[in-house]
Amino acid sequence: MLERIKQMVIKEFIQVLRDKRMKAIVFVTPIMQLLLFGYAVTTDVNNISTALYDLDKSYESRELARRLEASGYFTITSAPGSPEAVRELLDRGKVIAALQINRGFSSDIKKGSTAEVQIIVDGTDSNTATVAMDYAGRIIAQYAREIGTQIGRQKSTPLARIDVRTRAWYNPDLRSRNYNVPGVIAIIIMLTCLLLTSMAVVREREIGTMEQLMVTPLKPLELMLGKTIPFAAIGFFDMFLVTAVGVFWFDIPIKGFLPLLVGSTAIYLLSVLGIGLFISTIAKTQQQALMATFLFYLPAVLLSGFMFPIANMPVLIQYMTYVNPLRYFLVIIRGVFLKGIGLDILWPQMVTLFILGAAVIILSSLRFRKRLG
Amino acid sequence: MKLLRVKAVVKKEFIQIGRDPLSLAMAFLMPALLLFLFGYAITLDVNNLATVVYDMDKSSASRELVAEFVESGYFTVVGSVAGYRDIDDYLDSGSAQVGIVLFGDFSEDLHTGRDAHVQVVVDGSDSNTATIALGYIAAITERYSQRIKGISITPLIDSRARVWYNAELASKNYIIPGLIAVIMAVIAALLTSLTIAREWERGTMEQLISTPVKTPELITGKLIPYFFIGFIDVVLSVLMAVFIFDVPLRGNLFLLAVFSSLFLFGGLSLGILISIAAKSQLVASQIAMVATFLPAFLLSGFMYTISNMPKPIQVVTHIIPARYFVTVLKGLFLKGVTLRFLTVEALLLAVFGVAVFALANKKFKKRVV
Repeated sequence: MLERIKQMVIKEFIQVLRDKRMKAIVFVTPIMQLLLFGYAVTTDVNNISTALYDLDKSYESRELARRLEASGYFTITSAPGSPEAVRELLDRGKVIAALQINRGFSSDIKKGSTAEVQIIVDGTDSNTATVAMDYAGRIIAQYAREIGTQIGRQKSTPLARIDVRTRAWYNPDLRSRNYNVPGVIAIIIMLTCLLLTSMAVVREREIGTMEQLMVTPLKPLELMLGKTIPFAAIGFFDMFLVTAVGVFWFDIPIKGFLPLLVGSTAIYLLSVLGIGLFISTIAKTQQQALMATFLFYLPAVLLSGFMFPIANMPVLIQYMTYVNPLRYFLVIIRGVFLKGIGLDILWPQMVTLFILGAAVIILSSLRFRKRLG
Repeated sequence: MKLLRVKAVVKKEFIQIGRDPLSLAMAFLMPALLLFLFGYAITLDVNNLATVVYDMDKSSASRELVAEFVESGYFTVVGSVAGYRDIDDYLDSGSAQVGIVLFGDFSEDLHTGRDAHVQVVVDGSDSNTATIALGYIAAITERYSQRIKGISITPLIDSRARVWYNAELASKNYIIPGLIAVIMAVIAALLTSLTIAREWERGTMEQLISTPVKTPELITGKLIPYFFIGFIDVVLSVLMAVFIFDVPLRGNLFLLAVFSSLFLFGGLSLGILISIAAKSQLVASQIAMVATFLPAFLLSGFMYTISNMPKPIQVVTHIIPARYFVTVLKGLFLKGVTLRFLTVEALLLAVFGVAVFALANKKFKKRVV
């Protein structure tokens, strides 16, 4: 039996890698995805292009603008001369925020009465807008406080404040890359293995070579193993590749125990290959296999907590995420990379992932056997 | 180019698509599924952060501050702990994302006019959520400290923030218009990228080659049916966006149709080009993923702001047609802009479409190798 599986695995490797481009793809797709997620996907908000509409043109108004820029969050890119020009800049998307300082700003401040500034934010990107408003509000409040003490307005009421000391654990610089890159391992394994498994089986059927395989002494189980082992190997290869690039190129800390990562990847592969086999039993053509893979892959990624926190989803949808293997693997992989936690905390995820994987692989192999017969 | 021959290829392609109702059903299910997910299920808005409190003071002042956090709606207290170790446990296991520590002299400090200290720990692994949470925390404590001192000073500078285009800051309003571009990129990647490769793999290409059909006729004939499917997907998506998800559509519908057609033409041509170059469905599907779907998803500004990306990546986004289409869609939906603002985008999308179509024609070799 082992010999037959070995032959089948060899055949499969030859077929997958026969195409020179396929060899490149096994390398290039993970690296491309990693680079995209490592560089392009950033929810950090910096250098918000800002228009300064300064009607006051005083020392104070310039100082406020300077502080916005000095924070690093805002970059003043233009100084429009009219409200219409502000509108035009926002409409064209040239700026995301606009700061309007009205006439009388500096004299109001000097008199000690409240001066007004207006911040206009392009809300199309609600995330950036929220963060931008928050930053601007804080910078302006800070400036007001300093001026206040300078001109002695608040000397009569010493303002004791609550001093909040915040610390961000696990990712002290709040780099979104640290959060994304470990997750990429999970989604790359899923996409690559799902597609390869489902399409490779269906391809035999589509081209007609499945019948040739069936006249060989191969048993269904052997055929199945032969069809999955090579792709599991590619999955592992991708994992090591992405981890190496993540650690050495992107400086992602790996605080936990590496073998734990390898072990959990093996458990995770059970589910992924199982689902791939399942799709191959439904699809008749590679076209269908590709589309079915996507129909599974997209919701699985979006409802996994990879990019969007599960806690913010509607409760009903949150229940759905419990059957998503990606959800558990992400907790494990991020726990190992960023938090450095071990089996003592992660065992519930490991057990659930294993149960899910076992269930899927048993179900699919039953279906696979029936379809062959 | 003879219209008759194009018509024949179109007809053949339609018959083949009709023979595979499963794929067709999935092609229409895909936009609905994506819209549903982005409209209902996922949001970048931050609410209900699981929070643990370590209150050493146990005074009315400390309880009030905690209540202030809860009432804001952004924080949900999931546990009170009696030591730092417990906070570790909560954050390590992910059962909480925020820990608030109130020291024993909190209320005393507040009442004697000294600065009272509060320590806040956030799980920074999700940097986006953490940044927003830190902002909320600063605002809430600031407000509270002013209130408790009984000082109702008007701040020296009154900053008034206004949000344009998306006043309620709903992330769906910003994501759904851009999503239409992603949907079309998916369709192009999934449908057209296999059409030519399939003919080669099954051996039916040889039959096509022996007919008098010419390359541009074949490619045009292959494009038209998928253009129809893609366009139906656009109409479906726009209808769902407006009527189910209440996304405002402020711009001109005709303009939307024209731009969608332009983008579809480019996207589908790219799919065909990939199919011609790959010749195998497995290879084609992988290339399509990297060349169409991922860039449209990640580099178009659909969800991630381009100006936040590093400079080299920003340069790369200029060659991604989805980038221009996302700008167009967001402009048309949320800002209600007119053609005057979109001429550059229109031009670039057209140039891209024609260039890729021409390249596909050049690359296709009508002979058996």
